[in-house]
Amino acid sequence: MMPELTLVESVRLALEEELDRNDKLIVLGEDVGPNGGVFRATQGLLEKYGPQRVLDTPLSENGIIGFAIGMALMGLKPVAEIQFVDFIYPGFDQLISEAAKFRYRSGGMFTSPLVIRSPYGGGVRGAHYHSQSPEAYFTHTPGLKVVIPSSPYETKGLLTSAMREQDPILFLEPKRLYRAFKEEVPSGDYTIPLGKARIAREGEDVTILAYGAMLHVALEAAELASKNQKIECEVIDLRTLVPLDIIAIENSVKKTGRMISITESPKTSGFSAELSAIVAERWIEYMEGPIMRVTGYDTPFPLSLEQEYLPSAKRTLDTIEKVYNF
Amino acid sequence: MSMLQILDSSGNNHPELEPNIPERKLVKMFEYMILVRLLDEKGMRLQRQGRISFSIPSTGQEATQIGAVAALNSEDWIFPAYREPGMAFYRGFPLVDLVNHWFINEKDPQKGRRLPGLFGSKKYRYVNPSAPIGTQIIQAAGAGFAYKYLKEKIVNIVFFGDGATSSSDFHSGLNFGAVFKTPTIFFCQNNHWAISVPLSKQTGAASLADKAKGYGLPGIQIDGNDILAVYHAVFEAAKRARAGEGPTFIEAVTYRAGPHTSSDDPTRYRPKKDLEKWLKLDPIKRFEKYLISKKFLKNGQTNKIRSSFDIEINTLIAKAEEYRPPALETLFSDVYSDLPWHLKEQLDEIASLQRRSI
Ligand SMILES: Cc1ncc(C[n+]2csc(CCOP(=O)(O)OP(=O)(O)O)c2C)c(N)n1
Ligand SMILES: [Mg+2]
Repeated sequence: MMPELTLVESVRLALEEELDRNDKLIVLGEDVGPNGGVFRATQGLLEKYGPQRVLDTPLSENGIIGFAIGMALMGLKPVAEIQFVDFIYPGFDQLISEAAKFRYRSGGMFTSPLVIRSPYGGGVRGAHYHSQSPEAYFTHTPGLKVVIPSSPYETKGLLTSAMREQDPILFLEPKRLYRAFKEEVPSGDYTIPLGKARIAREGEDVTILAYGAMLHVALEAAELASKNQKIECEVIDLRTLVPLDIIAIENSVKKTGRMISITESPKTSGFSAELSAIVAERWIEYMEGPIMRVTGYDTPFPLSLEQEYLPSAKRTLDTIEKVYNF
Repeated sequence: MSMLQILDSSGNNHPELEPNIPERKLVKMFEYMILVRLLDEKGMRLQRQGRISFSIPSTGQEATQIGAVAALNSEDWIFPAYREPGMAFYRGFPLVDLVNHWFINEKDPQKGRRLPGLFGSKKYRYVNPSAPIGTQIIQAAGAGFAYKYLKEKIVNIVFFGDGATSSSDFHSGLNFGAVFKTPTIFFCQNNHWAISVPLSKQTGAASLADKAKGYGLPGIQIDGNDILAVYHAVFEAAKRARAGEGPTFIEAVTYRAGPHTSSDDPTRYRPKKDLEKWLKLDPIKRFEKYLISKKFLKNGQTNKIRSSFDIEINTLIAKAEEYRPPALETLFSDVYSDLPWHLKEQLDEIASLQRRSI
């Protein structure tokens, strides 16, 4: 029987199995040692693999990422945890100007294929320093790949792939889903390739593009639309934002002729704007309604009113109707 | 803090510290100092003539780079800032690659992607430098961890300027290096300027070497225009690192005798007297006197060394100007390990535009 795991347990299992398989793999970050990570994503790893492979680092995000880059340059496989993605900004320069550029700037001579994992997103009453979704800063950076899983099963397969990639990866974990539900997660070697989306629900009428925690909002809205209005939505879990699965999007929007995307980041210049632009540029002649976005608002992440801020099934349903009834 | 000096400014030797370096090696060190200075002159002239876009001289700082590389093993890794190209040359980095890089042509190993002067080489263990100041300092600490983890008897040295000691990556680098006891030599070229900003605006500390103490590292200050002092300090730091005793911070006091880069005009901010004082402390003249006094070098030999390099470089320049720019594909390659669909598509777009007349 397959074990049922939460998303965060699935992260832990992926790390443990890959630590076992790859002796060049090093886990590092703040509180990842005896404490097992503030979300317990690295629980038990120090005990099993020792302080040379599971490093509690000084409290310094530019330090963690820069140190990991140095390891990666020399052939190790660092998997660094940034405790909350809201705190990644001191390390932004290292990620953007260094990790993402090494291969290009050196004509392919030097590479720094590290993995940065970090919890992101709202819905946990964390206010603006424990809730952000800054993926668009990183998808805007050539040289980085950005991966965001939506379930425990997906997490293990995608993280395992990420840890075998030759390019630097930002792996954003929806912390709101860390313990939201359990799912069967096989132990042993399985991977989900980067750059391949998944149809999470089939439908003929409206395509909904989503990833991470917002996938579940999309699915909930799709159920409501089906039950209440007999509108059948096709929900696509993008899984990786860079590289994006353009074929999956094409097949779906050509079929449905309608597209909305859901992201919990602010609206302006968010990843949903990119998705809208891609569909508009390529398949506008297939579209039977406006291409629309359901997003967070253009404010810092709130606290008391976070449920109003975050895309909900209700808001999504409203948008589905607008697009469908256009 | 007292400053380590072995050769004083008139080339006199303080024999109790004189490192034991064979004659052949001493002469090689001298030759590469000459090469660095010659390449500075060539690079600046080509830039002024509009034949290359940029130049970063390290004139006046030849002793730091060459003294340091001579004190290391060839397996040891170098994390340069940008003012120590001589370390790569000393290890055999081909001048043809340098010149093609200057001209960012199809033979440039970095595919014409970097400003002239910002080159690296995996073969010679000279990491591709950045431009954002200080970033390499923490990376060197991480690399040092890797040698230790892999149980390799390798050390690394990271170079940075006095300005870089104000960066957050300097802080993280020394901090992580000390915590993880990495076999890393932190080498600061205190050339007194960060473009136009003097050292007094970078720090309130009495010396940069003093900073090491706060991180729990030994910090020493050396005369950076004295190649024997540089050699000695780096040799000792490498020995410590190899023995598992962790990092050392070296502050080499030197002077940037030229402009910051070809884009800079130091007469706007640098007192003339300052420069005159430092020119008297020239590292090449000092080492030349020492070698002549040892009879390792004859009068007039310096010019011969110079002119043989000169001929070689001129031939390379003539050829480099004939080559074409890198192929269009290189605009998109090496962003990732593979070429994702969106980059393929962008390559197709630009290729089809090339076929269009207007
Ligand atoms: C983070 C960053 N800020 C500013 C610059 C622009 N800049 C390039 S070199 C330089 C001065 C560096 O001085 P120092 O570290 O002393 O090195 P030196 O040039 O003297 O060798 C500045 C301000 C930069 N490259 N990176
Ligand atoms: Mg300086």
